[in-house]
This record gives sequence, C-alpha cells and structure tokens, in this order.
Amino acid sequence: MINASLVDQFPILSQTVNGQPLVYLDSAATTQKPAVVIAAIVDYYERLNSNVHRGAHHLSQLSTDAFELTRSKLQSHLHAAHEHEIIFTKGTTDSINLVAHGFRSFLSEGDEILVSEMAHHSNLVPWQITAKLTGATLRIIPMTPEGEMDLSAYENLLSKHTKLVAFSHISNALGSINPVKNLTDMAHAHGAAVLVDGAQALPHTLVDVQDLGVDFYAASAHKMYGPTGIGMLYGRSEWLNKLPPYQGGGEMIAEVSATSSTYADLPYKFEAGTPNIEAVIAWGTAIDWMNQVGIANIEAHETELLAYGHQLLAEIPGLILYGSPRHKAAVLSFNIDGLHPYDVGTLLDQMGIAVRTGQHCAQPIMTCLQVPGTIRASLAVYTRRSDLEALASGLKRAINALT
Amino acid sequence: MASIDDITADIIEDFEVFDNWMDKYEFIIDMSKSLAPMPAEKKQDINLIKGCQSQVWLDVQLDDKGLMLCHADADAIITKGMIALLLKPVQGQKPADVAACTYDFLTTIGLSQHLSPTRANGLLSMVKQIRMYGIAMQATSRP
Repeated sequence: MINASLVDQFPILSQTVNGQPLVYLDSAATTQKPAVVIAAIVDYYERLNSNVHRGAHHLSQLSTDAFELTRSKLQSHLHAAHEHEIIFTKGTTDSINLVAHGFRSFLSEGDEILVSEMAHHSNLVPWQITAKLTGATLRIIPMTPEGEMDLSAYENLLSKHTKLVAFSHISNALGSINPVKNLTDMAHAHGAAVLVDGAQALPHTLVDVQDLGVDFYAASAHKMYGPTGIGMLYGRSEWLNKLPPYQGGGEMIAEVSATSSTYADLPYKFEAGTPNIEAVIAWGTAIDWMNQVGIANIEAHETELLAYGHQLLAEIPGLILYGSPRHKAAVLSFNIDGLHPYDVGTLLDQMGIAVRTGQHCAQPIMTCLQVPGTIRASLAVYTRRSDLEALASGLKRAINALT
Repeated sequence: MASIDDITADIIEDFEVFDNWMDKYEFIIDMSKSLAPMPAEKKQDINLIKGCQSQVWLDVQLDDKGLMLCHADADAIITKGMIALLLKPVQGQKPADVAACTYDFLTTIGLSQHLSPTRANGLLSMVKQIRMYGIAMQATSRP
C-alpha cells in the first residue's frame, strides 16, 4: 500500500507550472527524485568526493567503497550471479551501443540480427549501424494490432543464422510487457544471444536476470528514481569476457606499454575513464528507497492507477487508446480523433500538465499505427488519482478549444 | 501597404486584451482558419520542413511587383495558427524588409517559446527560411 504522503518526498512535485499545480505524467521519460537521492548527491560532494579505484588515500577508499556498494546492490536487485557482471555505463543507450559495438567482431555476411518493431530507437539504430558495418542482415519482428510482439512471426524469423535478438522488456511507447523468458528461450534454442532493454521495466517490476535467462540487460538510473547520466549493462560473464573493450583509456587496462596493452578484468574492462561517481552512489540510495517502498507495492499502486486512468479516458469522446496488450505497464498512449497530438499537448502544458507528445523515439510504431505521434501519460509511484483526474478534465478543455 | 513595424504593433495590441492563456490560444486557433489555403501543387515534400512534433510546409515566391508571396500550412492547428501570425507582418513586403524582420514581437505577446529550438514544431526553421528567402530575393528583385 502506498501512503498518500509519499508524494511529499519529491520536492519538485510541489511546484506550480504556468500558475497551476504541476501534474507530472511523464515518468517514462524520467522519474522525479525523492529527497534522499538528492541528499546523497550533495553528501557525496560534501563528504566523499575523490576519484575511485586509484588513490591509496582515505577519501578515495571511502568513495570507492560507496561506488562499489551500488554495484553490489544492483547485483542483488537483479539477482545477477556475479558482481562483475554489472557494468556501469552512461545509460541504457550507452549499454546497448557497448554490446552492438562488440558484436561487430562476431558478425559477418549471412548472419542475422532480430530487432523488434516496438523497440525504442536506442535498441534499433545501434543494430542498424552494426549490420551495415558487418554485412549482417537486420530483421524486424512485427507487432500485432494489440501492441504485442507477434510471436509466430518471431518464431518464423528465428533460424540458425540468427546471432542476436534485441527487444525491450516493456515498450516505452505503449507499455506492453514482453514475455522475456519465453522469447529468450526461443532465441537460445537457435543459439542466438539475447539483449533486453530494461529501461522501462526496472522502475515498475522485479527483474531476475538469471530466471529470465537473458545474456544482456540494459537499464538507466534516471528512470528508477536515481540520477541522470548513469546506467548499467548486465552481461553474463561468458559474453562479457568474449566481447572486446568498447572504449580505451584509464581504469580499463592491466598493463600498458607504448604500443600495446592488456585489459583489466571484468567489470573494469568496460569502464574506461573516471565514472559518474556521485550518480552511481546516489543510484544505490534510489535502489534502497525503492526496496523500502517495496517493488510489489509500487507495482500494485501503478496497476490500480492505470486501471483508473483507463476508466477516466474511456469517458472522453473521440479518444483512441493505443495498445491493448494482455500485460501492460504504467503507460497511457492515445490520441483524440481528428486532433494533432502537438495541439493537445501544447494546451495541456499551459494547464501545468506534463505529458509527452510525439513519436517517443519509436517511429516504426507510429508508422505501424499510421499516426504522426501520440500523447503519452506515464505513471510512477508518486502519481495520484488527482493527477489523472486533472488530465481527464484538461483533455476535455483542450478538445473544446480545438474543435 | 502597412510596414512590418505597423503590423507587428497591431498584433501586440490585439494580444493586449487577453488576460488569460486560453483566450490567447483560442485566438491563435481562430487565426489558423484565416490562413490562405496552400495550393495543393505547393504542398509537396520539397517544401516540407520536418519537425518531430509537427510538420510545416512553406513556399515563397516573388509577385510581379517584386514583393514576397508566402504560402504555408501545418498539420497541427496551433502550429498553423502560429504560421498565420508569423506570415502576417511579412506577407507582401519587400524582400529586404523581410530579411530584417526579427520577430521580437513574439516575446512581447508571450509566445516566443513556440520559436524555441527545443520545440521541434518546425516554426523556427520556417522563420529562418522566410528570412533566407528575403535575403536571396533581395538580390533578384533589385531594379
């Protein structure tokens, strides 16, 4: 059960926008941060600031311990087999690029990469680049009209040529939850590796990478109540050991001569340069905070609100809701018949209601739905029933003005 | 023909009466209906300015007096209303005057955010394009 006062832990949510109380319904883009996470960032600079892994001095030891503690928290949060299977990156996009870059060494003409039509551009474009550079073929797994991955099409696309399958755990544009375990088993039966974009899943649900069986799982801190500019790549040791380094530099080497180097062991092989230390540490605070609130409570709260949102939107004349998958997370993606999403979004913004309008970095979905974009309201643990009521009345007002 | 300055002064006056944002936007939405329709043969991909939020079409020609004749359209109503507003001062003006048009009046009427580079609605590109036409046509229209 989520206490109504939980929202008070988010300082940003008490402000007004255009003279009206902020209604923040863009959590799939980024979640707001609880005060404890903001305090952890300040605390780092007031008490710990020092480069990690290098200095033998007291402060460096403290910051390194705090930094590595987050790795261990992520390991247990995702139930990874080893701490060194968690690589810190700039974010989900960076994580996917790391793998796509590494796979250039493994792919050649005749090989195939399967990506989902529902993918975020970040899980599509890196594979387009890798395919182009290696001569491998990119194949698209279509989605059904309900916004689910087309499982029979997927099965038909899999073959002995498939080397890697990439899809998202939860679609950012429609909220569809993919059956990750099943999809992974099918790919593995053909000897293909599996990369899952988990950016939209970790904020809402428990993830067990060993149970899912995935080879790679990417996520961002800022979508799960943590700071921006930091993310992680989970990779099974076998794969991470095989993949070549992504970037060269300090921290990722064992020995360096003027002409050649040997690389550090996991996870440091993939962590060149000074990392975003304060963000890693504050991410640890965010994970603790989520666990204190309880992932099951977060999920239950959002499920209840999503149902309420559906109920309110169903009463709005001309509203077209996109995506009716059997399993759906905290996203309401819709249009108003005859109205452009930009017009509706502009008027909602004037009312202090923050929604995302546009293509949500998922143009292939918009092409499939034959719309210029959608309006997306996305929920988080701090979303209130009153936020959804404000959206519904704001929509009615916008429709009146625009028709 | 009134000058660009006179027309923008009129627009500022129009907007002074609005004391809330809804009236202002309703006015812009109304303006979208006043925009002269863009001839179908001009609404082609070559005249399309792609924004990720909304799309804008723009075509600029010189009429037989050497004055600028602009046609534009958009797929979103507010964007279209903004186009009507943005074309009002420059329509039928000399290219040299259009090249110098700053659109500062948008700040006065509180709509400058629509021309922000972070709003991918195509309007900023449209305004830049109109000015570029002004600069380019300045040369061709000189007697």
